[in-house]
Amino acid sequence: MTRVRTRAPLWLLLPAAVVLGGLFLYPMYQLGLLSVLDFTQAQVSGGQPTRFVGADNYTRLFTDPRFWDVLLATVLFAAACVLATLAVGAGLAVLLTRISRIPRLLLSLAAMAAWAVPAVSGSTTWMFLFDTDLGYVNQLLGIEGFNWMYDRYTAFALVGAVVVWASFPFVMVTLYAGIEAIPKSVLEAAALDGANAWRAFWQIMVPILRPVLAIVVIQSIIWDFKVFTQIYVMTRGGGLAGQNMTLNVYAYQQAFASSEYGRGAAIGVVMMLILLAVTLLYLRTLRRSGETL
Amino acid sequence: MRLRLAVASALALTMTACAPSTSTPAATATDGGPRTGALKVWLFDEPNRAPKEAVVKEAVAEFTAAHPDTSVDVQYIAVETRSERFKGAFNDPASAPDVVEYGNTDLPEYAAAGGLADLGTVVSGWSEGADLSADAKASATYEGTLLGVPWYVGVRALYYRTDVFTSLGLTAPTTLAELTTTARTIRSKKPDMYGIAVGGKYTYGAMPFVWANGGELTEIDSAASKTGLKSYTDLIAEDNCPPQNCADLTGGKTVDLFASGKAGMGILGNFNRAAVDAGVAKGKYAVVPLPGVTAGSVAPAFAGGNNLGVMKNAQRPALAADFLTLLAGKKYQAKMYDAMGNLPTLKSASDEVAAKDAFVKPFLDTITAGTKFVPLNPGWGKVDASAVLPTMIEKVATGKASVDEATGEAAKLIDEALTK
Repeated sequence: MTRVRTRAPLWLLLPAAVVLGGLFLYPMYQLGLLSVLDFTQAQVSGGQPTRFVGADNYTRLFTDPRFWDVLLATVLFAAACVLATLAVGAGLAVLLTRISRIPRLLLSLAAMAAWAVPAVSGSTTWMFLFDTDLGYVNQLLGIEGFNWMYDRYTAFALVGAVVVWASFPFVMVTLYAGIEAIPKSVLEAAALDGANAWRAFWQIMVPILRPVLAIVVIQSIIWDFKVFTQIYVMTRGGGLAGQNMTLNVYAYQQAFASSEYGRGAAIGVVMMLILLAVTLLYLRTLRRSGETL
Repeated sequence: MRLRLAVASALALTMTACAPSTSTPAATATDGGPRTGALKVWLFDEPNRAPKEAVVKEAVAEFTAAHPDTSVDVQYIAVETRSERFKGAFNDPASAPDVVEYGNTDLPEYAAAGGLADLGTVVSGWSEGADLSADAKASATYEGTLLGVPWYVGVRALYYRTDVFTSLGLTAPTTLAELTTTARTIRSKKPDMYGIAVGGKYTYGAMPFVWANGGELTEIDSAASKTGLKSYTDLIAEDNCPPQNCADLTGGKTVDLFASGKAGMGILGNFNRAAVDAGVAKGKYAVVPLPGVTAGSVAPAFAGGNNLGVMKNAQRPALAADFLTLLAGKKYQAKMYDAMGNLPTLKSASDEVAAKDAFVKPFLDTITAGTKFVPLNPGWGKVDASAVLPTMIEKVATGKASVDEATGEAAKLIDEALTK
């Protein structure tokens, strides 16, 4: 078959290119540009001239030991949240396929409600539940006066629980739709061959669901790596002595709250590159194992 | 192919043309601008604004009576978004107000952005200008230029529960050391109470301890500063205010604790009176200046407050100066105290207020004893935003770092932010 090259496709692509360029490329270009400038409030209001500082913002960032601590904490926290979200979401998706109509409806509604709650209100509600002196949880457990935010790991665990609570419904719904689309005959055949639920999940569902899983995993990684609201609200901007800082909160605090936009842009670029790398790596491993996306 | 190249080059062209936006400062009116027309004024919106608005209306009426063909357009801007509003006004001269109220800690940021006009000649030519204390003037001066007239201040002092003190046979502490032992006594005799409510995020409560010992924020790792910091963090301990409960408290939370009767003492401001009177502590407390290291001395308090300034972009600077001096004068400062409980900055006005209301005496004594301020440097905003001081206090209070380590780290960060 010979392809006839015409200019038509180019023209047809132009509207999309303009929209995407305006919405994505231009902000990214601005972000990159800001990150090599000394750009603070004084420059925005024209009090001082804008200065090109090259890699200064990046050098300052990479030589800051705090940055590496925060980056490590963010990666580990995001990884834990992604795994927990997937486990909870997948488990409940399977459960959804096995229960009768009314419980299924109730579970879906509950999950949708959690999903629909704005992050700020959700985090605040959880804070009330886990309040040191007045929280229901502490009263129930008989540990009034226990401050969940005092220890670094209990604080991260609690915030992580809220992150998972807010993001598992997406995973659950997506995977449930995927599972429902699997031909019943395949599952039946597996059952006839003696596969139990666990085995059927890993050897039948997961391979078939791989493309759906890929989307869910990438989404979760991006969401959890960029977590801001829950940390900011629940740990009051990074926790006791900054022990619960994640990269986004750090960027906000170091850069935007103090109007150092150049430095903030540098953190933004670094985050973008990390996410891009993780996503590409993940897609590559998928492709290598035989699936195209 | 040709087309693709054209598209690419067009794209490249638009991109190079798009540098981040900066505005060019407007030319300032040198002749004082028109003497008639509408004067634009921005004041802070506050919860329960009505009394403030009534006082301002009175001032406006007096002003327009004395200045024919003028009107005053007063806008109340939200405190939370003031930063954006001011940045916007600096960037867009056409929409800028003439007279503004601003928080004195915001001064360096606005000054560095070049947004405020020099008020040196206005104040020296003002009959009541000489009545401003040196401390007050210093808090509105940036790099030698007076950029505001302090309108009112707020300071913190030591609130204590008279009923608790009487039943335990205690008297108001006269030194910081005595304050510590008093706090521990209260905690040991009444275990469900904190001796003194302190918090790791309550920097304005901690700074007086540092200053009283001769320390400075710019030398937070000096021996004197460390002694002061340690005397504060020693209070965040089981025998007064356990770290589990107090390490992450803000100043506002300590107000709640004192007001709700959970604490025997608290470092609260004159502006917290209403909150305390709304709680169980009402009628059962007294206030003394926070004591210093030696008996009879007062720990220097942080003098937070608001200034009135004139924008550099103001279209009617001469009228603006007239309105500013009227509103900042003795008459309206005293009225503002009656309306909002704001402490006057003019000696004459504070004398008048003190004669009327005994409650303000300890606060005015604190001001007279000398107040301190955060370093007037645009970098301080960064120190504040990145929570350098709370982190330092919390690290020591929770035992994550020694006093030496925490102060060393904080000193480095403060140094970096201020010298950049």
